[in-house]
Parts: sequence; C-alpha cells; structure tokens
Amino acid sequence: MTPKQETENAHTIAVLVDNEPGVLARVTGLFSGRGYNIESLTVAEVSNEENLSRITIVTSGTPMIIEQIKAQLSRLVPIHAVKDLTIEGPSVERELALVKVGGSGEKRVESLRIADIFRARVLDSTNESFVFEIVGDTGKLSAFIELMKPLGLVDVSRTGVVAIARGTEAL
Amino acid sequence: MANQQMTGSEILLKCLVDQDVTEIFGYPGGAVLPIYDAIFNQNALRHILVRQEAGAVHAAEGYARSTGKVGVVLVTSGPGATNAVTGLTDALMDSIPIVCLTGQVPTHLIGNDAFQEADTTGITRPCTKHNYLVKTVDDLARTVHEAFHVARGGRPGPVVVDLPKDVVQAPGVYTPPNKIKLKRYDPQVKGDLKAIKQAVELLAKSKKPVFYCGGGVINSGPAASQLLTQFVRLTGYPCTLTLMGLGAYPASDPQFLGMLGMHGTYEANLAMHDCDVMVCVGARFDDRITGKLDEFSPGSKKIHIDIDPSSINKNVRVDVPIIGDVAHVLEDMIKIWKSEQAKPDQKALKGWWKQIDEWRAKDCLKYTQKGDVIKPQYAIQRLYEATRNLDDVFITTEVGQHQMWAAQFYGFEEPNRWMTSGGLGTMGYGLPSAMGVQVAHPDALVIDIAGEASVIMNIQEMSTIAQYRLPVKVFLLNNEYMGMVRQWQELLYGGRYAESYMESLPDFVKLAESFGAVGLRAEKPGDVDGLIKEMLAIDKAVIADVKVDKLENCFPMIPAGSAHNKMLLGPEDKAEKPVTEDSMVLV
Repeated sequence: MTPKQETENAHTIAVLVDNEPGVLARVTGLFSGRGYNIESLTVAEVSNEENLSRITIVTSGTPMIIEQIKAQLSRLVPIHAVKDLTIEGPSVERELALVKVGGSGEKRVESLRIADIFRARVLDSTNESFVFEIVGDTGKLSAFIELMKPLGLVDVSRTGVVAIARGTEAL
Repeated sequence: MANQQMTGSEILLKCLVDQDVTEIFGYPGGAVLPIYDAIFNQNALRHILVRQEAGAVHAAEGYARSTGKVGVVLVTSGPGATNAVTGLTDALMDSIPIVCLTGQVPTHLIGNDAFQEADTTGITRPCTKHNYLVKTVDDLARTVHEAFHVARGGRPGPVVVDLPKDVVQAPGVYTPPNKIKLKRYDPQVKGDLKAIKQAVELLAKSKKPVFYCGGGVINSGPAASQLLTQFVRLTGYPCTLTLMGLGAYPASDPQFLGMLGMHGTYEANLAMHDCDVMVCVGARFDDRITGKLDEFSPGSKKIHIDIDPSSINKNVRVDVPIIGDVAHVLEDMIKIWKSEQAKPDQKALKGWWKQIDEWRAKDCLKYTQKGDVIKPQYAIQRLYEATRNLDDVFITTEVGQHQMWAAQFYGFEEPNRWMTSGGLGTMGYGLPSAMGVQVAHPDALVIDIAGEASVIMNIQEMSTIAQYRLPVKVFLLNNEYMGMVRQWQELLYGGRYAESYMESLPDFVKLAESFGAVGLRAEKPGDVDGLIKEMLAIDKAVIADVKVDKLENCFPMIPAGSAHNKMLLGPEDKAEKPVTEDSMVLV
C-alpha cells in the first residue's frame, strides 16, 4: 500500500515546547525538510514559571504522514507533549482576524451590517475605512473575508488557529 | 571542588572527563584557543590533531562505532564547523553518538558577520539530533552533560554544542553529572508486553519467517547481538542483516542468509519477498532495502522493533510495532517464547529452508578469477581468509563498489567490527574512520577496504596517521574509476562514462612513502596473497595498491525502483530486464 492511495485530511496538532531560541525553527525546519504542509502555525508562551510555549499547527496529510509528523515532533528534545486534537477526543478551535475594509456610501453601510451578522467588532474607524475584529473558526473567518471582498477589502491579518481539548485533561 | 571557580574551558574539559571521554579529535582555531590552552595544561584527555575537520568527525564515528562510547570532536567556529557538517549528517543517518564542540565568536559579536562567524546552530539544526548555543558559563556544565545524554540515549546521534569564546573564557562553577537533573529526553526502552506477546504468537505460527536486522542491534550494545543470536537459533528461523547490521549475527552461522538489499544476496532478498512473517529488528525499511515499495514483501505480516517511534510506519506499514530498545525487547521475547513453549511448524519450516537452499544454490556471489587481472572480489576474499582467524580485526570502508564487495565477501562474527557509511554514503569516510578505530584499539588490526576515488577525498589524514604512528592498513581496490558511478552509467546511461574515470591518479606507493607509511602493490592475481601477508607483517601504516579489473560490476543488484524478485544476478541478466523510465529518477 502506498500513501498516495489514501485521502489527505487536515489535523490540528498541539505541541508543548521549551521556550528557548531555535525551537520554532526546529519545528518549521522539520516540516520543510520532510516536505510536510503547514496550513497554519501559532506560537506563544503559556507558562512563564516553567518556561513553556504552546504551538498549534494545522497540517494536512494521509494518516501515515500525520502519524509521521507526530512521531517526528515527539522526538525533538525541547518538545514535551504532542497531541492530535483532531482525532484524540473533542476539542475547540478559534482564530482571530483583523479585517480592514475601505470605501464609502452604500458599501460602507453594507460592510457594517454584515459585520454585525458575524458578530465582528469595529476596532477602528475613519471616514473611509473600518478595521473589524472577528473571532471564530477558520471557516467563519474565511466566509466573512469573502463577503468583504466586493465591499472594499483592503487588508487582512489572521492569527492562525489556536485549539484546546474539551474536558478536564491538560496537554 | 564543586564550588571552585574555574574557566569555562576548564569546566568543559571536566565535563568531558566526567563523561568518560579519554580521546578527542579536533583542529584548533581562533575561537577555540582558550579550550586548547586548557587542553595544554592537563593530561586526562588526549587530543588527536586531524588534518581537516571532516576527518575529525569520521574518526570520532569510527571510534564510537567500534567502542560503543560517544565520539567527541572539537573544531573552531566558521569553516571548522561547516567542514564538520558532512560528518555530522553521516552520524545522524547512521545513528552514531557524537558530541561535536564548535567554537563560536564571542556572544556580543554573534550576528555581526564577524571573522570566522557562521550560524552553526542554524546550519547544523537539520543534521544533528539536537544542538545548543551556550550563552553563559552558568549553563555550560548542564548543557554539555545533557548533550552526552541526548547523543547516547534512545536512537543515538550527533549533538553540537556551540561555544562562544567569551563563554569558555569566563569564570564559572562546575556541576558534576550526578548533580544535574535531566528533565528532558527520556526515550522508552522497555517494549509493550502485549505487543511482544502478539509478536511471539505470530512468529510461532509462521510457516515462512525471516529475521531482518540492522544497525539498531549494534547500537543497543553487544548484549543485543547475543540475544539476537540466541533467539534466532532458538527459533531455527533464517536471519538476514542490513549493511549497518553486519556482525549483529555471526556470518558463519548456517541460519545467516547474508546481507539483504540492493546488493544483497539472492536468498536474503527472495526470503524477504516470499516470507509470511518478517521481524524487523533495529532496521528502518530504507529504500536500499525495500526496492519498489508497493511490491515489497507483499504477503507478509510485519513486526518492527525500534527505539525510534518515527521509524515505525514511515515507509512500510507494519502489523505489530514494538517501541523499545532491541536488547530489552529481545530479552522479553525469548522469555515469552520459552514460557509459552512455542513450537514452530517444523514441517513448514523444513519446506521453507528447502526453498531457501534452492535460492542459495544459485550461488549469487560467484565470480571467476581467471587470466591476468585481479578480480576485486578475489582480493577481498583472500584478505578475509588471511585475517578471519586473527583476534582483533576491524574493517572500515569508503563508499562504492568496494564497499559492497567488502559487505558481501568479508564475514563478521561479532558486532562493532564493521564501520561503513550506510545512510549518507560518504566517500572519504573509511580512512579517517579507521584512524579513529585505531586510536581506540591501538593493538588491533584495522583495515580500510578502500577505493581510489573515495580514499583521495580524505587522503590528508595520512598525515595524522603518521603523526600518531597509527598502523592503519589501507587495502585499496584500484580500478581507476568511480566504480559504482561507472557501473550505473554502463547499466542506465548507455555506457557513456561521463567524468567517472580518474585521470592523473597519484602513485599510491610513493604517496604512502611520502607520509612515512609503506606502499605495496599487486598487479597480478598471483601477487595478492603475498601482498596481504606482507601488509599484515608490517607494524606501520600501509597503503596496499591492488590493481583490479577496471570494468567489474557489483552483482547481484536490484535496480533502483524494482522489486526484490526482479534482481539482476550477473551481466547476462541485464539485457533481459531493462530498467524502466520510472526508476531512472531514483538513485
């Protein structure tokens, strides 16, 4: 059986790492060096006392590739825990985007109306622009950005996905 | 002692001594001068001065692989570190424990493109198991101890510790290894008993089993080879070894099928292809072993024992994965096999051995030594005959045809006797590696079975060999070609030998003499035995230049991208089984 015959699925993988120089390069180098995809990657310190950071990676591949990615990540020295949130129990995912929309008149009103439907907040406003803040899953953000395109979308900044398992378990 | 102020360099050397290091291979330079000054002032560590940093890493690899200890390298910043990269990659691919200490410009100059500055941790990140940049002397002892722990633990590999000059000059306090809590990196060594039990059941029921074992057995220590031998004999099953695994099971044993893979034996590869249960012990299903992946051993259940979880299901999906150290797992397997009183189906096993004997009868390694030209296989076979009964023999090789012939014709009865560059295929590995082996085993017979193209890549190490009076023997199969390149050009590129002929080769006898070694030459088959006898009698370094058949090809051969049962047995086979376009892209 070759990997080719299997379908590729997106997986969200949470990784707990020592917060030290080069750790992100180790992770991204692993992905580029072995030809794996990164669809989104976020990283920030989560424990100051223990000096730990958490990386959330959204990647896609066949089950065999995903298994490899997890095994390869697990054997890096600064990595403490690796969890595939997509298959290991239920989890919640969120992403935040800042979306700048320019324009005036009817389109400006329409963008504000859609933002309201999506529960996006206005962070900044000038006479010719809005900056919206929107939080949700990746699909919701993409849908919102898609709708803003004809209304004068100027710029987008997205955080990438952060995710956490439901229930009482820690990573 | 523990609270005494020392310099960073002294702390570093104390770390090495406490990690049981006795020899280091290195080359000085500006950024490591404080460390060299500290070396000058002590006697616990012996420094071997190589002639180029690549030689230092390969020497440390030979040292590590022949002793089971961690090999230690010390090089300067910039070019010192970049020259070490090939050796580090080699050690990573072959899982050799190395700690490579690299000098670095002082911390306040890092990032300024200072003289002899290179981003060593950046450059070596993908070619080491782990690497460190030590930014303060307070972190030095802990980092060096952790580096040794990582290098030798789990699946061994190279670790780089980058040492800025100001850090090794600064005063600090030493912490011994037993005072340091290593929080990180704790690989699983005991295998899951349920999986082991399942594996034993599968094995006991098997009608056509095969053991396929690799370098992991050797890395697990001599006990693992003993346990493997014990278990294979207990079962009565056939056993084959990878290039890296040679010596893990005695070559003279009737249950040994020889090496498998691209240039492995017919019987080993066919047994792999036709088996119904395969036990992979410390090997990694790499492309030289599997050939065409979707036709690899199609009908078998596969058991895989490996300490590295990322080796499991990487290339080949296995049915029973067992993560753990080979020796631990084999010990449990033997216990369970005995307690369950496993009784293999003797009738089926007899049939399986009959089949294997039919394959063996093909005599796939046969060659004919006739006429005036020395066949390379003959030269190695004579060398083997002359040295097989000697006590303490180590063989290293370069990379190419001679390497494959050495693997095919030299039999190893014990682990840690065979040093070769398997995964990376680094030409120029053999001579410095032999040098490292000889440093570790001063009284042993160390032979580099070499090709002329490879050995020239690190020929400068003859000077190191001379300086330390290392009686390394270079058994040079000289065909004046990059033999394996030429063979592929013959088989795949219509005999257009683009740039594979070596013109203007040195006179190796004179070259040996210029380095204070002895040069010998054999040009006729009748000269070979005499040359070997003479070489073995000399207690200095020798280059034995054996002029062999220029156009001999290495068979058997599974062309890249073909299945095991599509093996080419000899020159007469190649016309019948032309190589496809698809496999041309493979190497």
